[in-house]
Amino acid sequence: MIKTIASVKLPVDEVLEIRKNRISPAHPTGREKRISIVTGIHGDELEGQYVCFEVIRRIRAEADKLSGIVDIYPAMNPLGIDSITRGIPAFDLDMNRLFPGNREGDMTEYLADQIIRDLAGSDVCIDIHASNIYLTEIPQIRINELHRERLIPLAEKMNVDLIWVHGANTVLESTLAHSLNSIGTPTLVVEMGVGMRITKEYCMQLANGIMHLMQEMGIWQGETKTPVKPIISELPEDVSYLNAAVAGIFVPAARHWEKLKKGELIGRIIDPLQGEVLNEVCSPVDGYLFTIREYPVVDAGSLLGRLLREECVSR
Amino acid sequence: MKKTIVYEIKAIYRDDLRITGYEFGQGEKSVCIVGSMRGNEVQQLYVCSQLVKRFKKLEEEGSIRQGHKILVIPSVNPYSMNIKKRFWPTDNTDINRMFPGYDLGETTQRIAAGLFEEIKDFTYGMQFTSFYMPGRFTPHIRMMKAGYENVELAKQFGMPYVVLRNTRPYDTTTLNYNWQVWEANAFSIYTTSTEQIDKESAAQAVRAVLNFLSKEGVVEYSGHEGYISLVVEDTDMVSVRTKTAGIFESVVSVGEEIGKGQVLAQVLDPYEGEVLQELCSPVDGLVFFAHDEPLTYANTAVFKLICHERDT
Repeated sequence: MIKTIASVKLPVDEVLEIRKNRISPAHPTGREKRISIVTGIHGDELEGQYVCFEVIRRIRAEADKLSGIVDIYPAMNPLGIDSITRGIPAFDLDMNRLFPGNREGDMTEYLADQIIRDLAGSDVCIDIHASNIYLTEIPQIRINELHRERLIPLAEKMNVDLIWVHGANTVLESTLAHSLNSIGTPTLVVEMGVGMRITKEYCMQLANGIMHLMQEMGIWQGETKTPVKPIISELPEDVSYLNAAVAGIFVPAARHWEKLKKGELIGRIIDPLQGEVLNEVCSPVDGYLFTIREYPVVDAGSLLGRLLREECVSR
Repeated sequence: MKKTIVYEIKAIYRDDLRITGYEFGQGEKSVCIVGSMRGNEVQQLYVCSQLVKRFKKLEEEGSIRQGHKILVIPSVNPYSMNIKKRFWPTDNTDINRMFPGYDLGETTQRIAAGLFEEIKDFTYGMQFTSFYMPGRFTPHIRMMKAGYENVELAKQFGMPYVVLRNTRPYDTTTLNYNWQVWEANAFSIYTTSTEQIDKESAAQAVRAVLNFLSKEGVVEYSGHEGYISLVVEDTDMVSVRTKTAGIFESVVSVGEEIGKGQVLAQVLDPYEGEVLQELCSPVDGLVFFAHDEPLTYANTAVFKLICHERDT
């Protein structure tokens, strides 16, 4: 059943609507658990589009196996998705810095408030992101250390390669996940793939994980695949960051999620005007390249990749 | 006057990004004034250009007191200004959400770190900044209640208002907040406009800065002393919101005195021109902030009013 959870009239002959699809068992008891699958807060992150489609497809194929409520919100920022804009167009605001919002506030704050009200009380919420247009990420779940105990057991069922527990940060207090976790609605943030693209392999991997989590929660009675055992990174020193030393065009030499030895070549920053290699980017540690630069143009400081240290993986 | 490069990075095809500073006087790091940090902050750039002109003259006259160095940085972000983009050209990040910065981090973190390293030790930090919503302001000094604010000092500017507001999560990454953490006396100064030059409020801001510096013993200046500032809590202002979206027609200006029940603006049907909503003032007061775009969304705070009852 399609339901509009927030609606705002725009200045010229258009209504902005945020919609969800609620899928319920044919004969509900009223005691069903609820999973909410959210994506599209950033309008340029599209990986979640295919995940939403695939989860609905699987449920429909065996509708009698559904024993809980599945709410799917594919477009939290519909204007952004439709205009290839990361933030909320016209306001130039990052929607994921507006939560919990304000019912009496302006359009953007009002939308954030309505989203929180609709999601609150879910037994679990999955917020699917797709990095950005610059970086490709392996399927991973990011967890604020404040909520680690409650969220890690859920994240382990999600069939992702990595669970990254990061430090608390005041700026992140205004994200959807933080707001929901703070009011007792467990929310997992998935990052995978790259902006403006769909990586079907990752989408299928995550869809498998969501179905498995649903099964574990008693929402799905069908068969699911056993999830991969994720690497859990909890120490800041587990992750090594690679930032561009100079501006130029980055051409990768290593493959994503490849195991690298210290000193091994990851890519080159080149100058097409002079025909020169400006910088050779080498691995600073033994580790796995779990983030790699996708967009070639770099400034000094642009993130080129992240490595997960060997010690973390073997732990 | 000494023109310096405060921070610099190289690009592949564009000219280098240079953050240029103008130093006046000699001695301890007394006053740092920062202008546009976003690409649309043209008024903020203009005010700084006028300050540079004034400080140059004051220095030539020997009116900058011994032992005080003043640094003016008209623009932190020429790259965005030159392509008419509000935030950083490549990744759309806001430099004013990157402080204190990180010199090994991403580009805007590096810019923030490089800039902050040069300006963090000043006694007074002043930033000409802009609001996230489009509109015009009554000139004021804005301070966040971070636990370090000195309201009495803010009154020394002689601006009509000193506005206090509560901190929000993102504030911890602004220049103003980090200046305060480093024990500078930090002030955000709002003039009337952002994308358009408003000469009158720019001149008022220049006078305010010179008044302040005169009272603090940094310069010799005997201009108009300005106002006895009224201190207002942001939460005490009365917001007037649109109930519907459409064409926005204001009939009042910022700074204007208004009476309870007075019509402030109308929202018109964008196709048929009929009045959809008449926005009236719920109080006797003054227009502090006014939306200045021809279209409006619903539930937008198009006016912020200072209520006269609370003035006394």
